[in-house]
Amino acid sequence: MRLTRRHYLAALPALGAAGLGGGFLYMLRHATQGTFDPKAVRNPRLGQAVPAFSPLPALPEQPTPCPGLSWQDFHTLTQPVLLLIWASWCLPCLEEIPFLRQHIAGETTTASPLALWGVCYKDTPSQAAHWLEQAHHPFSRLGMDYDGQCAIEWGVTGVPESFLILPHPLTGSRIVWHGTGSLTEALYREQIQPFLRGAL
Amino acid sequence: MQALFTTLLAALAPVFSPESGHFALALACVLAALQGILPLIGLRRAHSPLTALARPLALSHCLALLISWACLIIAALGDDFSLKLIADNSAINKPWPYKIAGLWGNHEGSLLLWVSLLSLYCALLALLPGQSPRHPAGLPPRLRSRLLALLGIVSAGFELFCLTTSNPFLRLWPVPIDGLGMNPLLQDPGLAVHPPLLYSGYVGFAVPFAFAISALLDGRADALWARYARPWVISAWALLTLGITLGAWWSYAVLGWGGYWFWDPVENAALIPWLTGTALLHSVIVVEKRSHLQSWCLLLALATFALSLSGTFLVRSGILNSVHAFANDPARGLFILALLGLYGGGGLLLFALRAPNLLPPATPSFTPLSREGALVLNNILLCTLCAIVLTGTLYPPFMQLLFGRTLSVGKPFFEATTTPFIIPLLLLMGGSMALPWRYAPINPTLRRLALPLCLTLGAILPAFWLFPTALAASVAVLALWVINAALNDLISRFYTMPQEHRGLSRLPRSLWATSLAHIGVGITMLGLCGMAGSQERLIEAQIGTHLHFGGHDWALTALTPHHGPNYEAVEAHIIIRRHDAHGPVLAILEPQIRLFPQQGQKILHVAIIHRPLEDLYAALGSVKEVQTPQDQNTYRVILRVHENPLASWLWFGGIIMAMGGVLHLIPARRKRRPACA
Repeated sequence: MRLTRRHYLAALPALGAAGLGGGFLYMLRHATQGTFDPKAVRNPRLGQAVPAFSPLPALPEQPTPCPGLSWQDFHTLTQPVLLLIWASWCLPCLEEIPFLRQHIAGETTTASPLALWGVCYKDTPSQAAHWLEQAHHPFSRLGMDYDGQCAIEWGVTGVPESFLILPHPLTGSRIVWHGTGSLTEALYREQIQPFLRGAL
Repeated sequence: MQALFTTLLAALAPVFSPESGHFALALACVLAALQGILPLIGLRRAHSPLTALARPLALSHCLALLISWACLIIAALGDDFSLKLIADNSAINKPWPYKIAGLWGNHEGSLLLWVSLLSLYCALLALLPGQSPRHPAGLPPRLRSRLLALLGIVSAGFELFCLTTSNPFLRLWPVPIDGLGMNPLLQDPGLAVHPPLLYSGYVGFAVPFAFAISALLDGRADALWARYARPWVISAWALLTLGITLGAWWSYAVLGWGGYWFWDPVENAALIPWLTGTALLHSVIVVEKRSHLQSWCLLLALATFALSLSGTFLVRSGILNSVHAFANDPARGLFILALLGLYGGGGLLLFALRAPNLLPPATPSFTPLSREGALVLNNILLCTLCAIVLTGTLYPPFMQLLFGRTLSVGKPFFEATTTPFIIPLLLLMGGSMALPWRYAPINPTLRRLALPLCLTLGAILPAFWLFPTALAASVAVLALWVINAALNDLISRFYTMPQEHRGLSRLPRSLWATSLAHIGVGITMLGLCGMAGSQERLIEAQIGTHLHFGGHDWALTALTPHHGPNYEAVEAHIIIRRHDAHGPVLAILEPQIRLFPQQGQKILHVAIIHRPLEDLYAALGSVKEVQTPQDQNTYRVILRVHENPLASWLWFGGIIMAMGGVLHLIPARRKRRPACA
């Protein structure tokens, strides 16, 4: 039998499927041994430098102006930053706000070493402003990600998500922690504070 | 009534005990294996009694599985918590319909559902009239026996998997007094119907798969083959369409996040086979009418089933992390992968060996501008979309595997990448119906399309005025184009009929089916565009708060406690008035927040008013007690309100699409032959 182009073409699907199957087999075997963790898939960009993204504009027409956000801002960090990706249409975002106000934005505690920055994901200025008014505007920097492009760069799958970024004089700022869902006090104490103690 | 029911249950329980069910499942596995082996031997040796065994074996296989379901249902209704499945997913105070529906809301039960649906398909295949002088269009008995045998082999593998790693009849000791109760989110009528519908779509593609294997074994996939296979492709497609629509509706109306599609791996797992299934649906027409695209069509049939298998099972193995994952057990994953390799890989291997030697089509070739050309382009676009969704779904785990890098792919990626292919697909959908087979002269085609084209062009300005973004407006215009073109096709075909035979019911059934399905796609796309302009507002409110939103006045007038059978709830009473606080009452929404103490879970029960042009939607987020300055306690709640334009069009379009498929399945009226021929 002479092998023609048709034969090679017809073999392609089987080869592709075999490749995928091999990959799955490897993953499953290593998942049982604990050397492959599919849940780690959820933690994008962890342990890496801040991804490059185009500058995000500030929210226009605010009583107390709050600057926008750009990639360069992360290079000149002097304090740890908790970056929050939120949207006005998201319920858990509103639920985490009282905690943020108390513990991070330094409303009730003494000067907090942690800065709270925000990225407003796919929102309209009026709704974002309305939301911020209710939440007493906890952010010291706020970028408006109107088209969701910045969220792609950060690998965000939903709101709210939060990233902890630590400054480092030699290697540059790094993302050391990532969380999905509302931030709670327990989460803050157990997962974020150890990093802050290490950083100071 | 209740007493009668209890007595009946008590009388049946000893006969239909879990052990009987377990035995019936094992019997079904053996019968499926016999159904798979004996007819094949019979076909090989040309021994017709063995071949004919396929039908009774398929029927008894199905009966055995139905008996095991009867046992499981009786155990569930009788609160037999000695069964692990029931102890883990049911509870005494659960309403009885959910005691049954809860059976398939978990890994073991859904697997049993899967194999049972496959056996029902086998039984249907066995019961439909075969080819005979009275039914010239029926399946030839030999082909039917072979199909039943192939399906028997598939069933036997999964029943073995069910018995060895995911047995629904496992006992528990000591027997708990009450069950753990099921995830309260699943306690919803939509979810009682969603898995059976979706699964019957998934499983339905096993029949075209068996058809494809049979064609490869024969080395021939001709027009006749396509005519036999096509109803099965269409029925599986229609059921999968309904299943996906219902799933999207469920996440819209029950999950309470306001969205309807989240590009979650499980949702993608249903969308991927739907896309290849839609491509298959169209390419099988080309094989039937023109005998072209044979190997492509076979490949699609194999791939659709392989993808629906991987979709159903890989998601549950824990590789693709997902909110839907039932059982993250890698040991089960290995077994599933072996089955996938056996069936999917085996099918593709057979394809690699046999497809190059398929008989070439006897019909002349076609030009790019023809019905065939349009269908080829349709297949290319649908398969590209499928490849994109597949890549986006598999990218994160493979990225992690190959490069150790973690990455997530979400809604922004999928939306940005699929849109450039959906737009030409819609353009093509409208135009292709007017193209004749083989060769389409340009001018007559344009003349035929002139009316819908003008109507669509006329809609451009209003669309850009009505829809919020340019993208939504352009897609809406294209959706209108699809609807116009489909209607135009129906009407022009109606007027070209000879006057004395003219009648809507005399138009070819396939024309009606195609037009309906295309109109359904158009309506769904319009709904999609409308939802792009949905508005949401999150407010903290107390009784008496008014909100002006979406052109209406929303007032929270009361908060009342509410007792459910197995939950406690707070219900908000929201009155929506047109224009302002003195306008006529438009709707009353009563969203609840439900606390299920057994699971310690809070569930939003959203309230939705469906109106033709918009949905008014409210969710009650949380309730907290606060003290006012006058030292009085009041309740403050977080309310999320939505105005979702054209939301119900999404589901309506999905149903119309499936209706198109169903219409195609209804057998055509037998043509009355003249008395003397």
